[in-house]
Amino acid sequence: MRDYFYSYLKSDATPGAAGNMLWAFIYIMLIFMGLSIAVIAMNWLERKVLAHMQVRLGPMRVGPHGLLQPIADAIKLLIKEDIMPAEADKLVFWMAPLIVVTTAFTTFIVVPFGPQHAVTDMNIGILFMLGVSSLGVLGIVMAGWASNSHYPLIGALRSSAQMVSYEVAMGLAVVSAVLMTSLHGAGIYATGGGSGMGTLSMIEIVRAQQEQQAWFAFKFFPLGLVAMFVFAVAMVAETNRAPFDLPEAESELTAGFHTEYSGFRWSLFFLAEYSAMIAVSSILVTLWLGGWLRPFPNLLAGPAWDLVFSLFPGLTFLALAGLTLFSAARMPKLRYFRVQTIGLAGFGALLGLIGLILFISPVRAWVQDIYWFVAKVAVFMYLYIWYRGTFPRYRFDQLMKVGWKVLLPTGLGVLIVTAIVGVL
Amino acid sequence: MAPVATPFFFYLLSGLALISGILVITRRNPVHSALALILTLLALAGIYLMLYAPFVAGVQIILYAGGIMVLFLFVIMLVNVGRAEKERQFNKQWLLAIAATVGLGIVFVRVFTSSQTLTELLKRPLAQLPETSNTQQVGFSLYGQYMLAFEIASLLLLVAIVGAVVMAKKRI
Repeated sequence: MRDYFYSYLKSDATPGAAGNMLWAFIYIMLIFMGLSIAVIAMNWLERKVLAHMQVRLGPMRVGPHGLLQPIADAIKLLIKEDIMPAEADKLVFWMAPLIVVTTAFTTFIVVPFGPQHAVTDMNIGILFMLGVSSLGVLGIVMAGWASNSHYPLIGALRSSAQMVSYEVAMGLAVVSAVLMTSLHGAGIYATGGGSGMGTLSMIEIVRAQQEQQAWFAFKFFPLGLVAMFVFAVAMVAETNRAPFDLPEAESELTAGFHTEYSGFRWSLFFLAEYSAMIAVSSILVTLWLGGWLRPFPNLLAGPAWDLVFSLFPGLTFLALAGLTLFSAARMPKLRYFRVQTIGLAGFGALLGLIGLILFISPVRAWVQDIYWFVAKVAVFMYLYIWYRGTFPRYRFDQLMKVGWKVLLPTGLGVLIVTAIVGVL
Repeated sequence: MAPVATPFFFYLLSGLALISGILVITRRNPVHSALALILTLLALAGIYLMLYAPFVAGVQIILYAGGIMVLFLFVIMLVNVGRAEKERQFNKQWLLAIAATVGLGIVFVRVFTSSQTLTELLKRPLAQLPETSNTQQVGFSLYGQYMLAFEIASLLLLVAIVGAVVMAKKRI
């Protein structure tokens, strides 16, 4: 058993490729845990950042700076009464949130957090991710229909129309990135003549970027950048987020497709929405921004630079700890705030401890790929909040116009020009 | 690694496909039928995976389960479901249907029991396709050997799209 446990650590393949069931299970649990924590953190961050953008304070009451607010919300949702409309289609109503959550989490099987940090590597990885995430629409449509109510139905119809339209533009952008893996390849893909075999596997796509010494966002400038832009717009529409959040436009449809859901079922939709956001952001990071690769892996190569870049995860946590301790020191010196101040200082100490652990040599080597991947995804998660705070919501005809008349032709054009440039 | 293409999974997936296929025609509610059809399509995708055709399985999920079925549901929700439920579900052509089914069944039984084909099937070694190159293989045969057929099919699809737009819009 011990040997079985340790044997995987020495290999440099994914648990799926190594055929190690135990580690695959551990990875699934870790991803599940990490995602839940990320969703909780994102919930707090979104409310805080949006509030600060609108010159408000945001949650301040539950815990210092509202840090415990998401947990309080989660408890509230869990103990809330679970209402099912009398005329609802029971089975479909019950199945819809499960399907949405399952599809949102299943996509993470192939997300490469590092060359060996993925549950498994499929040779149709990117296709699998797009396919499974497109099944999420079914859950939304089912939820809207089963509620047997007007707002959810309209929300579901809008949602399905929107997601089917933007999937096309998204697919074209992805194809142009996949095309880049085969064009002027080097290393294991070289079959002579400068161009090699393309690949759909998520890990191989990142390896191709490493071998070609360019993130695909900067390859064939500006084609990669344009394709990334098309994907970045389409992914916001895919996840029903502002400014494309028409399916849940609260001024018109109260809450869209999940109007009739309450309590735990509603929180499943919430969880699925945020996991889907993380999933599409990871697709973007994998395809265009070099996945787990640290900045300049070829230009700034060598053991010295490796050491410098591997210190980043620990330093990030130490910086967070410093910020937290600084806030703790700035808390009002009143008896009423004493518990909160101690709690905040304890949280800062915990962050600092994690930072120090990340400096240990084997841990450092183990986490640095994950760190760079998560850091890149975090940028896009912040952008999601930023979009919500900045852009007004589109009207539905404008949304369709953007999808079919702007993004689709742009994606097609980029695809064709990429193919031509690559063959020249 | 041990192959996952065990008979257990074949029976599981084909059983799922058959049961949900029967549900498609017996459910009164068209939305339930559509959902059962999605289950059938997903089970078929699983069978494609067992046949070492991951690309076809992925495309099956994206196009059929993700794309076409969403449009199906979209249309079903727009029409009046209440009226459709009151309509008669089966028409009176069961005599013809039974005749056709029996005929097809006889053909199947003949094929599987004719000693020559069966022994030939058993003697042939199981095809060990290189799994890693499945997508490339599909690409090569689609754009190499079957280039003309592929292009004709795409032209046909284009004409169908234009035709749909012409029929739907009064003034273009």
